[in-house]
Amino acid sequence: MASVTMIVNGKEVTANVDPRTLLAQFLREHLHLTGTHVGCDTSQCGACVVHVDGRSIKSCTTLAVACDGASVTTIEGIGTPDHLHPMQAAFRENHGLQCGFCTPGMIMSAIDIVNRKGHQLDEHTIREELEGNICRCTGYHNIVKAVAAGAQAMAGK
Amino acid sequence: MSSTTGIGASVLRKEDIRFITGKGQYTDDVNRQGQAHAYFLRSPHAHATIKKLDISAAKKAPGVLDVLTGDDLAHDKVGGLICGWMIHNKDGSPMKAGAHPALAQGKVRYVGDHVAVIIAETYSQAKDAAEKIVVDYGVLPAVVDMNTASKGPAIHDVASDNVVYDWHLGDKAATEAAFKNAKHVTKIDLVNNRLIPNAMEPRAAVGDYDAGTEVFTLYTTSQNPHVARLVLSAFIGIAPEHKLRVIAPDVGGGFGSKIFIYAEETVCVWASKRVGRPVKWTADRTEAFLSDAHGRDHITHAELALDDKGKILAFRVKTKANLGAYLSTFSSCVPTYLYAPLLSGQYDIPAIYVEVEGIYTTTAPVDAYRGAGRPEATFVVERVMEVAARELGMDPATFRRKNFVKSFPHQTPVIMCYDTGNYTASLDLALEMADYKNFGKRKKESAKNGKLRGIGFSAYIEACGIAPSAAVGSLGAGVGLWESAEVRVNPVGTVEVLTGSHSHGQGHETTFAQLVSDRLGIDINSVAIVHGDTDKVQFGMGTYGSRSGSVGMSAISKALDKVIAKGKKVASYALEASEKDIEFKDGRFSVAGTDKSLAFGEVALQAYIAHKFTGAELEPGLKEGAFYDPTNFTFPSGVHICEVEIDPDTGVTSIEKWTAVDDFGNVINPMIVEGQVHGGIAQGIGQALMEGAHYDKDGQLVTASYMDYTMPRADNLPSFQIGMTNTPCTTNPLGLKGCGEAGAIASPPAVINAITDAIGHENIAMPATPQAVWMAIQASGSKIAAE
Repeated sequence: MASVTMIVNGKEVTANVDPRTLLAQFLREHLHLTGTHVGCDTSQCGACVVHVDGRSIKSCTTLAVACDGASVTTIEGIGTPDHLHPMQAAFRENHGLQCGFCTPGMIMSAIDIVNRKGHQLDEHTIREELEGNICRCTGYHNIVKAVAAGAQAMAGK
Repeated sequence: MSSTTGIGASVLRKEDIRFITGKGQYTDDVNRQGQAHAYFLRSPHAHATIKKLDISAAKKAPGVLDVLTGDDLAHDKVGGLICGWMIHNKDGSPMKAGAHPALAQGKVRYVGDHVAVIIAETYSQAKDAAEKIVVDYGVLPAVVDMNTASKGPAIHDVASDNVVYDWHLGDKAATEAAFKNAKHVTKIDLVNNRLIPNAMEPRAAVGDYDAGTEVFTLYTTSQNPHVARLVLSAFIGIAPEHKLRVIAPDVGGGFGSKIFIYAEETVCVWASKRVGRPVKWTADRTEAFLSDAHGRDHITHAELALDDKGKILAFRVKTKANLGAYLSTFSSCVPTYLYAPLLSGQYDIPAIYVEVEGIYTTTAPVDAYRGAGRPEATFVVERVMEVAARELGMDPATFRRKNFVKSFPHQTPVIMCYDTGNYTASLDLALEMADYKNFGKRKKESAKNGKLRGIGFSAYIEACGIAPSAAVGSLGAGVGLWESAEVRVNPVGTVEVLTGSHSHGQGHETTFAQLVSDRLGIDINSVAIVHGDTDKVQFGMGTYGSRSGSVGMSAISKALDKVIAKGKKVASYALEASEKDIEFKDGRFSVAGTDKSLAFGEVALQAYIAHKFTGAELEPGLKEGAFYDPTNFTFPSGVHICEVEIDPDTGVTSIEKWTAVDDFGNVINPMIVEGQVHGGIAQGIGQALMEGAHYDKDGQLVTASYMDYTMPRADNLPSFQIGMTNTPCTTNPLGLKGCGEAGAIASPPAVINAITDAIGHENIAMPATPQAVWMAIQASGSKIAAE
């Protein structure tokens, strides 16, 4: 077992884990933060995207022990039903989700895109940048609209 | 009710809040006290006998609670998985269905078949212990190619030639006669490529047996929890229905693949009693690729007979359909009754004859995937229509228009009776939106840049609203396909609707509430939709075949009628008026011609306090249920137009413009309907350009991860132009036709028709990858590129 300490959604957590525990497992099974999903276990689908020290990573292929000392933000850490993050609100307002399974990863990736590329995002940029997140329901049409709208809304946050 | 939340309004989804905040509850999010974890040892061989299976070392491995095999299933008299639709051969004999044990009994039949299950304290321990199981396989030749499958070896003893059925539909003699009179015959050979559904949530199950009450509870990723309970109870024999609760919580997409009752949930619920602990299993993605039911996989030869003016005289089709190694729950009906009756398309075709052979292969079972038979039919019809138009030198839109069904109802030669439609209206709108008249200019512009531009049509029809129970029963279905609803009005006037439909992305919590809000005149936030739990909802048939609107909401509509009728009785006592004078409008019960009225909530309260009437006069309470059995299928239709530009140097196809015009009848929520269309188109484009399941000659699935199976991603797709026409369905109370599968049905032929138009010859198979397109261009000669 290995001891790991990290800040998750602003709170410090310490746990003893099997060294092979993945960050996604640690979040879901140890911390019961089940908003982070595992869709493929090979870094392809992006349902598991979280932010580690402000950058988006795929938590299904990151060891929890590799995040020792890091600050981790999950979908549960960016907004609540009463105080949605502008990107969360944009996904709802633009019908950017159907089954909702890929959505947490989509939203976390979208916020990361805005952090890197700014608030005025054209369709081509959004589509290229979402390459690491798979959605099977929406055909991406409304996700693209949601990301563009969310990016603009984040400017006024 | 206000037009902002009623029928026809693009109401934002009520269910979204939990999904965007990470508070959805999917099956893998369910954790039961004392839960153990299951790992399935799967066959690495496509076809083998199990000569020896030694689980002794695995049983002693750290954390292992038990290792169970097919012998244990047999010992506990757990039945095999079933196929719920009987198909008969041409000679009237029944199809040949081999046994389908949840864990192998002496033989494995595809890579990924279930050999044993290891149940341990943790998933990692179960997985580690699997390596200690020793299996001595007697490897047999794989059977992968449908064309040579009859040479064997036999996959099931009951089908020595690996043919499940040899089925037909239509009038052979009339078709043959019409072909004799034909002035032109268009012939085409097609492969409908095998697909893997890939809902983003992998399948999962948690079985939990309560020894105190002897009740099994199964949490599972299901589109139809009541059907799962029915099958697990009546056929597999886990427990009688009143001792088996099935819960399908939030489900992350289905597309058909979560209709079926699989080995894994069967084993988890059974094993929870064996080990005395809740048992959880969640597929990893490769397991999903290997063991989820696949879709499509047809080989077809089709011939269209035409007169000298371009009118269709007859159509004959011969199809081989791959059904995989076992018959999955509804597999047998997909290439038969969900396929052949759609081969008339939108066209007036006097005679049709279809032959379908269902074939066993040593591959994963093949069953319904978004559209289920109807995309396969549409691909055949719309490819042959396009090719025929080109051979006749006719404009493809004009050729279609000439052959459209124009009067309704229209009885086709293949079972279906189309109740209504206006195919010309959809075509006209699509042509305008696609700016068809200027296509030639755009093609020249592309040519100047060294690019090939093409345009492709698809005028699809589908049969949805599945299905009239007596009709499907006469065709071999083992179940009725009605839907149920219960409307429970609370004393304060809030409403719970219990529905047998299941939402796994479709937005029922919103659209169903819109209907209730509209009809009862109450706030949409006063309505809750309850689904997915057999202990809450009495019965239901679930969600597939675009049935939840036309069948599920019709059941709700019927129950609402009863609520209003009862409300009128209650109001008549409360308002001291004759029942026949009570009117209900905009959420108020009023006495005609007076200013006396009560709001819906006030009448609900009166129904429950029961002070204004006696028990001899009226039952207290306000709760009504209904079963709705449709009287016909519904027939959504439309025209999709795809415009592509191809780089002849690389073979890369770029979709420049997508126009979709659909006739879904009345629409409850346009935002949600358009979203369904977008998603369907994306899956169809995926089939046409990228996706393809591939087994090698040894039966190994070589496309078993997202690194090998190409999923459509955001940068592969365009945005879509969506238009709608509306001829309301005449056979259900809301005029709904269904929209869930249309995009996936319409789009593959539109893409391939556009590509073949661009490259100037017809021989291209799906997926039309850059390599395939480049090779097709080379084969057709470089002249096109140089034009």
